[in-house]
Amino acid sequence: MCGIAGLIHRGKSSNVGAEMTAMLRALKHRGPDSTGFAVYGEPSEGDYVMRIKAAEQEDMDKGHGIHGQIAQRVEEIEACLAEHGAEIKAKENATEYALRYIISHDGDTEDMARHIEEIEGVEILSLGNGLELIKDLGDADVVSEQYGLGEFSGTHGIGHTRMATESDVDIRSAHPYWAFPYNDVSVVHNGQITNYWIMRREMERRGHRFMSNCDSELLAVYTAHNLANGVSLEESLKRSIEEIDGVFTYLVATKDQLGMAKDTMAAKPLVLYESDDLIVLASEEVAIRAILPQEIDTYDPYDEEVRVWKA
Amino acid sequence: MEGVSPDLEYGKKQEARARELGMMSEQLKGRSMETFFEPAEDENYTYAFAKDVDFNKRTEVDADGMTTTEVNRSIRELMDEGYGTIVIKNPRGMHSLGVGILNRLNLIIDGSTGYFSTGLIDGPNVRINGRVGWSCGENMMAGTVMIEKNAGSTFGAAIRGGDLVCKGHVGSRTGIDQKGGTIIVGGDTGALTGFMMQRGRMIICGNAGKNLGDSMYDGTIFIGGEIRSLGVDAIEAELTDLDRSWLNRKLRQYGLLPEKGVDHFTKIIAGKQLWNYDNLEPNEKKLIL
Repeated sequence: MCGIAGLIHRGKSSNVGAEMTAMLRALKHRGPDSTGFAVYGEPSEGDYVMRIKAAEQEDMDKGHGIHGQIAQRVEEIEACLAEHGAEIKAKENATEYALRYIISHDGDTEDMARHIEEIEGVEILSLGNGLELIKDLGDADVVSEQYGLGEFSGTHGIGHTRMATESDVDIRSAHPYWAFPYNDVSVVHNGQITNYWIMRREMERRGHRFMSNCDSELLAVYTAHNLANGVSLEESLKRSIEEIDGVFTYLVATKDQLGMAKDTMAAKPLVLYESDDLIVLASEEVAIRAILPQEIDTYDPYDEEVRVWKA
Repeated sequence: MEGVSPDLEYGKKQEARARELGMMSEQLKGRSMETFFEPAEDENYTYAFAKDVDFNKRTEVDADGMTTTEVNRSIRELMDEGYGTIVIKNPRGMHSLGVGILNRLNLIIDGSTGYFSTGLIDGPNVRINGRVGWSCGENMMAGTVMIEKNAGSTFGAAIRGGDLVCKGHVGSRTGIDQKGGTIIVGGDTGALTGFMMQRGRMIICGNAGKNLGDSMYDGTIFIGGEIRSLGVDAIEAELTDLDRSWLNRKLRQYGLLPEKGVDHFTKIIAGKQLWNYDNLEPNEKKLIL
């Protein structure tokens, strides 16, 4: 049992950070292990936001050497950025182990991303023009405050509260997953994927990387694979219902879109509110009511239902 | 019919009508014949701790800022004070509202609720002026629950009695494991509706998703719209005059009677081809084999 939520404002920006925090706070009972947000601000062409982690939260308690190691990893990251012709415009430490860079780059970000991840202990959490992906252990309030999400303004976002069932409680296994190396695409998932290893081997044969043993990561890789091959988001979501086994409901966000897919058994919940200027999705109604307390009409999407909305 | 008392004759007639409606079609043998619920007894059954409430005594509870436990406790406290009509304001998707009420009561929930609303109830009349989440009315024994908007999945799971009505659309696995009572849906229903249904009746005015009535043991599903696919061992049966009159009465009662009447409804029952009961316990079977 995990909690997923997403929203998209049509044609305007809003305080998405505070809205997503309120929704995930309401879903805390579905998963207290970790919380993650993928929120989308106004995209700036040419400038990329890169969220990166240089260590796991648990590593911080393991010894004195970790601070030195992190400093060394950061140096390597920056050397790598310079090597690929990326200029660092801004840099901030969200936590001791998580960094946020704004870089300008006009080359191949995929090659750069692959190079950076060769550094031991380093994982790029997200890379994109508008995407800000943060995830850490703790509930929505803890993570939101730690990363200063409350003030974030944007058009859309997705989020996840995790109850770990298939893999460890660490940032590596926390959602959302960035669809490496596909810029601005992120995924949150509720369910279990039963043909994970078969699909993972297939994806690995095609050259995709997996950073965790969490089955949800497969959906991000799968989506990235489809998008890279020119498949539309809607088509990718439809194909996933055929090709991926198990029980799943998942949300995908891109630079300007929000999509959902529900498996053939409709075994994982999702409630949908749709109006002309706002679409809100969540595992439970109580999360939608956290931002829309007035009386509204909501419904449960059916089995095999796929929907995509544009900002 | 000389020598037969009028009561007995009436009883036989009622039994014949009940059989025709598919209400007493179980043909179980041996141990399975044990009667767990006797309708005649249930009618007169009241709990020793039942509260004496006055339906004309009305009050409101504002759920804003309260926890589910606090709201449910306040319902009980108000019933202790004799309130027979209780309105819950601002439920805002709260889970488990109005569960376990074993009393006569008019409960009005003015808004939408989350999971397991009015589960395990025995007696109250509930109206929910919004949408409900998963497992609404689960295991209810008696009473009526009316939902004005849509409902989530496993609507009326394992209900044993009463009327559970949703005027909008419902999710998947509606009436899973239904053991009695009536589920009425004004709109569409999702996949696996009536999965493992055992008794009772279900009326779906709209369309049904795939695998309707999958693995049903018994009971009847009436469906007004399209069926995407029938489940294993679910078959179509002929709609009788008695079915039509019952459908008419039930749907009119809740304001859901379609303009074109009920002639277009399809009746789905269990094919009973998968029935494979025996009367032996596993350890007894070992002795014989």
